[in-house]
Amino acid sequence: MPAIQSPGTEEIHPDVALVARAKEGDTAAFEQLVRQYERQIFRVAQHITQNREDAEDITQDAFLKAYEKLDQFQGNSKFSTWLVRIAVNESLMRLRKRKTSKTVSMDEDVQTEEGAIPRDFAEWRPNPEQLYNQAELGDILRKTIQGLPPGFRTVFTLRDIENLSTEETAEALGLSVPAVKSRLLRARLQLRERLSRYFRQQKEGQPA
Amino acid sequence: MTCTDFLSQLTDYFDGHISPELLEEVRAHTASCSHCEVVLDTTRKTISVYKDHEVYEISTEFRERLHAAIMTKCAQKSKSGCN
Repeated sequence: MPAIQSPGTEEIHPDVALVARAKEGDTAAFEQLVRQYERQIFRVAQHITQNREDAEDITQDAFLKAYEKLDQFQGNSKFSTWLVRIAVNESLMRLRKRKTSKTVSMDEDVQTEEGAIPRDFAEWRPNPEQLYNQAELGDILRKTIQGLPPGFRTVFTLRDIENLSTEETAEALGLSVPAVKSRLLRARLQLRERLSRYFRQQKEGQPA
Repeated sequence: MTCTDFLSQLTDYFDGHISPELLEEVRAHTASCSHCEVVLDTTRKTISVYKDHEVYEISTEFRERLHAAIMTKCAQKSKSGCN
């Protein structure tokens, strides 16, 4: 039996009221939820699929599906986590359809040992922001994360870019907490290794 | 603490889920191992550079399309008496 919370012991997320109103048919409340999460859902879909058109389709489908299934949302998780889960599932399905020869399952693509052991020990000085302008940095970051296996970049995106907790990430991806932690470590180390090619300190006399 | 032990603690370290004793060990290790000190610093920078830069931005055109599609869906649902 669930414990009864005495009033004021737990903060109620503002989304709870918006979801309740949307369930009653308040369109403005649902639109407010869309406005709040459209950027996040788009980013997640784009990071996983690496394709803008797919990411736009997925974002639209995810919100329409959420609207249709609003009655099924029980409020056991955050509304945003529920939405992210819908978008992740749609994104992975889209990837599977697109790539016929290469596996894109959350489990099958993470066997690589690349980056599990650090090899580059150069410092990053000056900071990346001082070395490159915004546009160049954006290109480097996109190019680098694109090269990660989907199972790694999905975990990195949810944990480190979208700030979901380890538990929320596990829930959204249907993975265990230890699996999320291990993939996150590998994803961070692989990205670090790859970014180091651009950001590593140049020895004196070498062009930056 | 060995370099392998250090790596195994890295996720918990960044997530702030590390006991004070282990935190002390991590600090002592990085103070004496320059390679792990660099790994710690550059991994921290890896996370922050992605956090601080919006790599993919939603376009205004798409946002307008999205809201139009949602309004159409809402209108259909109201008409069908689902609400």
